[in-house]
Amino acid sequence: MSLDSAKQTFIDESRELLAAMEDALLTLETVPGDPDAINAVFRAMHTIKGAAGLFALDDIVSFTHVAESVMDRVRDGEVSVDEKLIALLLGCQDHIAELLYAVAQGAAQADPDLLAGGAMLTDGLCTYLDRPAPDEESAEAEDTARQAVGQTSENGESGVQSDAWHVSVRFDRDLLRHGFDPISFVRYLGTLGELLHVELVDDALPAAEEMDPESCYIGFEIRLSGALDKARIESAFEFVEDDCTLTILPPHSQVDAFIALIQELPEDDSRLGEMLLACGSLTERELEEGLRLQAAGAPDEPGHLPLGEILVGQERVEPVLIDAALEKQRRAREAKSREARAIRVDAAKLDELINLVGELVIAGASAEVIARGSRNRRLVEANASIVDLVGAIRDSALRLRMVEIGETFNRFRRVVRDVAQELGKEIDLVITGADTELDKSVVEQIGDPLMHLVRNAMDHGLESPDVRLAAGKPAKGTLRLNAYHESGSIVIEIADDGGGLDRARILAKAEARGLVQPGHAISEQEIDDLIFEPGFSTAEQVTNLSGRGVGMDVVRRNIEALRGSIALGSRPGLGTTVTIRLPLTLAIIDGFLVGAGDGAFVIPLDCVVECMKYDPRESAEQDYINLRGQVLPFLRLRSLFALEGAPPRRENIVVVNYAGQRIGLVVDRLLGECQTVIKPLGRLLSHLRGFFTGSTILGSGEIAMILDVQELIHAAVARDAAAHFSSSEPS
Amino acid sequence: MSAMPDQGRLLLDGELNIYTVAEMKPRVLELLATSDAPCLDLSGVTELDTAGLQLLILLQREAERAGKRLRCLDPSPEVESVLRLCSLAERFTDTPGATA
Repeated sequence: MSLDSAKQTFIDESRELLAAMEDALLTLETVPGDPDAINAVFRAMHTIKGAAGLFALDDIVSFTHVAESVMDRVRDGEVSVDEKLIALLLGCQDHIAELLYAVAQGAAQADPDLLAGGAMLTDGLCTYLDRPAPDEESAEAEDTARQAVGQTSENGESGVQSDAWHVSVRFDRDLLRHGFDPISFVRYLGTLGELLHVELVDDALPAAEEMDPESCYIGFEIRLSGALDKARIESAFEFVEDDCTLTILPPHSQVDAFIALIQELPEDDSRLGEMLLACGSLTERELEEGLRLQAAGAPDEPGHLPLGEILVGQERVEPVLIDAALEKQRRAREAKSREARAIRVDAAKLDELINLVGELVIAGASAEVIARGSRNRRLVEANASIVDLVGAIRDSALRLRMVEIGETFNRFRRVVRDVAQELGKEIDLVITGADTELDKSVVEQIGDPLMHLVRNAMDHGLESPDVRLAAGKPAKGTLRLNAYHESGSIVIEIADDGGGLDRARILAKAEARGLVQPGHAISEQEIDDLIFEPGFSTAEQVTNLSGRGVGMDVVRRNIEALRGSIALGSRPGLGTTVTIRLPLTLAIIDGFLVGAGDGAFVIPLDCVVECMKYDPRESAEQDYINLRGQVLPFLRLRSLFALEGAPPRRENIVVVNYAGQRIGLVVDRLLGECQTVIKPLGRLLSHLRGFFTGSTILGSGEIAMILDVQELIHAAVARDAAAHFSSSEPS
Repeated sequence: MSAMPDQGRLLLDGELNIYTVAEMKPRVLELLATSDAPCLDLSGVTELDTAGLQLLILLQREAERAGKRLRCLDPSPEVESVLRLCSLAERFTDTPGATA
């Protein structure tokens, strides 16, 4: 891997970490103590710092180092998360993103303004570093705990005498086989600080017959001094995190912490006590007192007080001491989730794969035709199973391109938070249907239109708290993002419970612009739809966000470019809902083949509701039939496409549906289901785009046009409206 | 790593590490079994890792169990460095001719 591509990977992965960090920070706003969120922020800083170091990106390293140190204190409970810290860290996240951008652009030196901004953030963070840990409170709590157990220890208030770190490590059997050498770790610790004493623990070494010379049976109890922090010591064992049990006790830890360690380690308690003495981490007096305290706590259970009760109130005790086994489990879980995460795939390779699958589908279809013609039953069966497998591969390949929309929705959490603050409004973002999947390329293009709609809702839709209260609504407004699948499309809704569209203002502006004739009858829905006209905005104030009038028409164009549609519903005083429909897959669809005239047409199977015989006598003069008591308008493909020849005696109607609207299509023949690869129309035929979404090659080698059901329905509706209009106009 | 037995004295020459311990284990145990005053000459050990150290510890313990005294002679600088690191120098150093 070249340096450039390695750097690109670093940038990509760092960006992902920053996104995770932002998510975690937003979680901490509502749940300040959430340990997973705290860890996520720490991990992001720690990992980015380490990786940046590999590329000698010193600005990033030094900046993230400060943030990492603060987060380390947060993890240890020495600093608690408050609003100011979250705001600072969000600022850090932005700053790091900008630093990454500069790296990506290949900037040789950091922009001085950027550095100045970073310095400000660093200063803010440093106040959290200098803040002392809550010593006084914990000392009081300790005394109470000790009095409850009927003992007071002279060492109780300040921990053990030892002012060095105590590192206890036990290695797993397979460590040597994995290529690691514990002695080298000890040596490395010796470079970080001074090894005051190293005690090798060989209790686990079995008798000669059972001993496997390539297994690791040893551990260490180490006393280490120096200007260290827990993170640095832990980092020495980073590569063998999963293959060892590590416990680190800071200087002046509580005696009980050592007692707890003794109890958890597998070796005999007195052996361990001896070893801790040998290390010098405990004095004899401390050890005796600690064991005595321990034993005195539960008279009916000599020598064993539940750890929790000893440790209660001792806020200085590191969480890692609570249960070494649990810690190991947590690491194992994290390791598993790391493995379960996705792998990176180049999008171009994926497209290539899908293209090939498409060709495979076509080839399979033509083989099927030939097989049938050969009347060789075994060949037909063999081919049928091939076609089945191809179908499965096709589905699988398409699913590779599907991503959950949740990722996109989540990006808005930060936006909503920031904008709400800016506007002085209280806004709650509710996300549902986050696991709805859609095609990767669609996801990429839907972000900007969604952003605009979300900003609109916040800026124009939702009112400020006093206005809402005056209207009898709760001060906090709700913005809903929802997504679900429906008849072969994905539906995305952006809804707010604001004031709805101001129809009077919209109408006035439309008349002023000449879009609508004054006095002309116009429905409420039509007024609402006016905002999709170019240059239309009734915002009194052009705010930072929206109101420049370039919005809704561009949004609609972007969505229609994705073969989707957008619709708007508004209720005055109650709110507005914008509904976007997008096609699920862009490459291969299941279709229903029909014939009309000489040609074959494919209707997307998801849109087909039912088929039936069409009796021309029933509807000679009209363009609709009575379908179980409901009016079903229909289109004749023959007339629509001006196909030659006379219609057959028996025609059929295929009832199709899109976005809740139904029409019928009158065709000659029903030809059954088929899988088709959508081939785009290309430049020569693009003027036909009106009714076709593409073409495809059938097994027979014939070309069939794929019908755009949405357009057909529009055509039918337009035709009926025109008819209605012309019949209602005063003649 | 080669080992040359010589009346209860085993000269270890080369690396004593993860690559060689499987081969060495039976040979050092044999030394213990066949000699009443087993002696390991460590002057030729060019590398000692955890696996090697483990083997030495095992041998020492087995010797104790069998009521014998294992003598480790002339540790090479590499061996000395490892033993010092793990606070095992006293346990393993022995000078020829010294009594228990």
